[in-house]
Amino acid sequence: MALVLNEEQQLLKDSAAGFLAEKATVEHLRALRDSRSETGYDADVWAETAEMGFTAMVVDEAYGGVGFGMVGAGVVAEEMGKNLSASPWFASSVVAADLINSMASDTQKEALLGPIVEGSNIVTLAVDEGGHHDPEGISARAEKTDGGYKLYGLKSFVPDAHVATQYLVVARTSGSAGDKSGLTVFLLDRGTQGLIVDQSIMADSRNWGRLTMEGVAVTSDAIIGSVDDAFTPLDKTLDKARVVIAAELLGISRACFADTMEYLKDRKQFGVAIGTFQALQHRAAHLFSDIELAHSSIIKALQAADADSPALATLASVAKAKACQVAELATNEAVQMFGGIGMTDECNVGFYMKRARIAQALYGDYNFHAGRYADLRGF
Amino acid sequence: MSDHETFRQETRAWLEGNCPQSMRSPILGEDDACWGGRGFVFKSDDQKLWLERMASRGWTTPTWPTAYGGGGLNKTEAKILKEEMRKIKARNPLNSFGISMLGPMLLKYASEEMKQQYLPDIVQGKIRWCQGYSEPGAGSDLASLQTKAEDKGDHYLVNGQKVWTSYADKADWIFCLVRTDFDAAKHLGISFLLFDMASEGVSTKPIKLISGNSPFCETFMDDVKVPKGQLVGEAGQGWTYAKYLLTHEREMISEMGSGAAKSVGEIAMELSPTSEGRLRDPILRGQIAAHEIDYASFVATVERVRDEAKAGGGVGAASSTLKYYGTELNKDRSELMLKVGGSDALEWEGQYSGEGKVARTWLRTKANSIEGGTSEVQLNIISKRILGLPSS
Ligand SMILES: Cc1cc2nc3c(=O)[nH]c(=O)nc-3n(C[C@H](O)[C@H](O)[C@H](O)COP(=O)(O)OP(=O)(O)OC[C@H]3O[C@@H](n4cnc5c(N)ncnc54)[C@H](O)[C@@H]3O)c2cc1C
Repeated sequence: MALVLNEEQQLLKDSAAGFLAEKATVEHLRALRDSRSETGYDADVWAETAEMGFTAMVVDEAYGGVGFGMVGAGVVAEEMGKNLSASPWFASSVVAADLINSMASDTQKEALLGPIVEGSNIVTLAVDEGGHHDPEGISARAEKTDGGYKLYGLKSFVPDAHVATQYLVVARTSGSAGDKSGLTVFLLDRGTQGLIVDQSIMADSRNWGRLTMEGVAVTSDAIIGSVDDAFTPLDKTLDKARVVIAAELLGISRACFADTMEYLKDRKQFGVAIGTFQALQHRAAHLFSDIELAHSSIIKALQAADADSPALATLASVAKAKACQVAELATNEAVQMFGGIGMTDECNVGFYMKRARIAQALYGDYNFHAGRYADLRGF
Repeated sequence: MSDHETFRQETRAWLEGNCPQSMRSPILGEDDACWGGRGFVFKSDDQKLWLERMASRGWTTPTWPTAYGGGGLNKTEAKILKEEMRKIKARNPLNSFGISMLGPMLLKYASEEMKQQYLPDIVQGKIRWCQGYSEPGAGSDLASLQTKAEDKGDHYLVNGQKVWTSYADKADWIFCLVRTDFDAAKHLGISFLLFDMASEGVSTKPIKLISGNSPFCETFMDDVKVPKGQLVGEAGQGWTYAKYLLTHEREMISEMGSGAAKSVGEIAMELSPTSEGRLRDPILRGQIAAHEIDYASFVATVERVRDEAKAGGGVGAASSTLKYYGTELNKDRSELMLKVGGSDALEWEGQYSGEGKVARTWLRTKANSIEGGTSEVQLNIISKRILGLPSS
C-alpha cells in the first residue's frame, strides 16, 4: 500500500485541521488551565467533535462507525497534537472504542459503542499501575464471588479518569504480576461502590486520574472478552493506541518545529536573523529529517493496524519509539532556539514540551519500545 | 603536621561545632536557599545562624581578602573548606549573585573605595543583587544593548528596559549595563553602573516561567538618577568588566546540577523496576551509566580547571567549556529523572509528587543552557577564543 493518504483521508485531515485550529487550540487549552476548568475540556466542542464524525473513526460501520480505521484516527490525532486539543477523544473514541470493538460481544458492542460514537458516554482504559507502563506486570486483582467478581487494587495514569462515565479495568483473574495469562478486562460504571476516582493534575494540564478499587463488586456481564485471556487482544489495542499517540507526538513535533522555524526567521541578533547561523540551520535541517522519518514509521504502522498485519507489534514499537525520540528533540530544540522567550509560560513551546513528555510516557516510552522491539526481533 | 593538615582539622572542628544540624542537608531548591538581602525572610533560625557564623569568618567568600570581610584563604585552604563542608553535607550558607558574579569583578576592576563600600555587605548577605544585562533586543548579542545613561554632571540619567532579570523583584541593588556613548563602536560605548532598586523610576514586572514559577522579571528604568560614584571603573570600559563577570557567572551556572543528594542511578534503583539488584530496563541502565560517566569526568574537569587557575583569578575562557558541558549534563540528568519516574514524575500538583517537584525542576533546567549565555554562544567562544578558528 502506498504510504500516502488517499483522497478521503486527505479530506478528513483537512476537515480535522480546520475544525481543531478554530475550536480546540493551544490558546483554548491555556484558557482551560488558567480557569482551572473542572472537566478540562469544552463540552460544546466535544459535542461538535462527535457531530463531525471524529469520534467514529475506529468503530465498525455496523455500530455507527465510519470505517476510517486507524489511519483515520492517526490523521485526526496528528491534528490534535498540532493544536494540543483537549478532549477525551483519544481515551474514549480511540482506545476504549477499539478495545470494545475488537473484544466485546455483539450485545455489548450494541450497547456501548453508540454512546461512545455520540460522545455522550466517555469510556477510558485503566491499565497502568505505577509510573511505568507494564501491562504484563498488572497486579490489580479480581476475585471470584458468587455470580461475579470483586476488584481490588490501584490504577494510575488513567486518561480522562475523572470525566469518564465507565472504566475498562484490566485486572488479574489468575496468575501473578509478570504473567501474560490471567488478565481480564472488566467494565465498571462510575459511582460503583468501592471505586474511588481521584483526579491527578499532570504537567500537560489535561485530564488524568487514579482509580482505587476496594472490593468493587461486578457481575460476570461486566467482563469484556474472555476470562484470563485478555493480554493478546489488549496488547493489540494498545499497539494501535501507541501508534495513534505517536501520531499525536508527530503533530506536536510539527507544530513546535513550525513555530521554531518562524522564530528563526523573525528573531534578529548580531544584525541578522538567527536562522542565518549555520549552527542552528543544521540542527533545524536534522530535526526536519527526523520528523519525516517519524511520519513514515507512523503511516506504515497505522496501515498495518488496518490491514491486521502480524507485523503490527514491531511496527508500533518502531513508530512510538521514533515519535518519542523526535518529539523530545523537537521540543527541547524549540526552547533552546527561542532562548529566554522559550522559557516563558506565554510562549506555546512549553505547552508542547509538557504534553509531549506525557504522550511519550503513555503506553510505553522510548525505552519500553526499544526494549520491546529487541524482544520482538529476537535479539 | 603540615599547615594544611592543621587547617583541615581546625576547620572540621569548627564546622562540627558551628553548623546547625538542619543545615546539614542538601538545599531543596531555589526557595530553600538563603539569599540574604534587606527584605529576606529566613526560613529558620538555623538558616540565619549559619549565615551569621559563616559570614563572621568570611567563609561565605572564603578566598576574598579579609580587608573586605572575606575569609582570606588561599586556594588550597578554600578547597579543604569545601571538602570538609561536603563531608558533613553542610549547605552553602548564602546564595548570592553578589558572591558568584559581581564580587569577583569588583575585586579585579573597582576602586578601593568602591570595594570597601560594596564587598562587606555582599560577604554578610546584607544586600541582594540582581543582574541587569539582557534586553529585549540584546540577548546573545549583549553588546547591542540600548539602555541609555546620559551624563548629567554629578549623575547619570538612566532610561531603558532590561528583561529576564532574575529576582529583580526581590533584589536590593542591580548591576546594570548601560550605553553611555552612542557614537562609539558597540563594545566601547558600554558602562557598568550599580544602583539601588528602590531608586525612583525603577520598576519590575515578574514573568511566569514554564515551570509555573516567576523568578525573573522585566525591569524598567524611567529617568533613574544614578550618582556618578556608582560607576564601576571607567566609562566606556563596561564591556570588559561585563565579560569578566560572565566568566564567573558561567562557572556558577555550570555547577547548578551538582550537589544533588543522590545520583540518578541511585534514584533509579528506588523508583524504576529492578530485578536481581539491577535496573530491569537495560536501556535506561545504559543511559544512566553514560550520563554518570560524563558527569564524573565533568566533576573532575571542574576540579582540574580550578586547580590550574591562578590564585584569586577565575577559570577564564575555560568557563565556557564548563558552562556548556555542565548545563547540557544537567538537562540530560533531568530528562533521565523523567524516564526514571515515568508518569509519576510528570505530576504537576498534589502531595504525591511534592507539588510536581521533579517536573518543575526538569523544566527549570531547560534555562541552564540559555541563561548566562546560551550553549551556542559558549561553543562560539570556545571555537574562537580557545581553538582560534577563523570567524566567518
Ligand atoms: C532563567 C533565566 C534567567 C536569566 N537571568 C538573567 C539575569 O538575571 N540577568 C540578565 O541580564 N539576563 C538573564 N537571562 C537572560 C539570558 O542571559 C538570555 O536569555 C540569553 O543570553 C539569550 O538571549 P535571548 O534570550 O535573547 O536569546 P537569543 O539571543 O535571541 O537567542 C535565540 C537562539 O539563537 C541562538 N543564537 C544567537 N546568536 C547565535 C549565534 N551567533 N550563533 C548560533 N546561535 C545563536 C541562541 O543560542 C538561541 O538558541 C536569564 C535567562 C533565563 C532563561
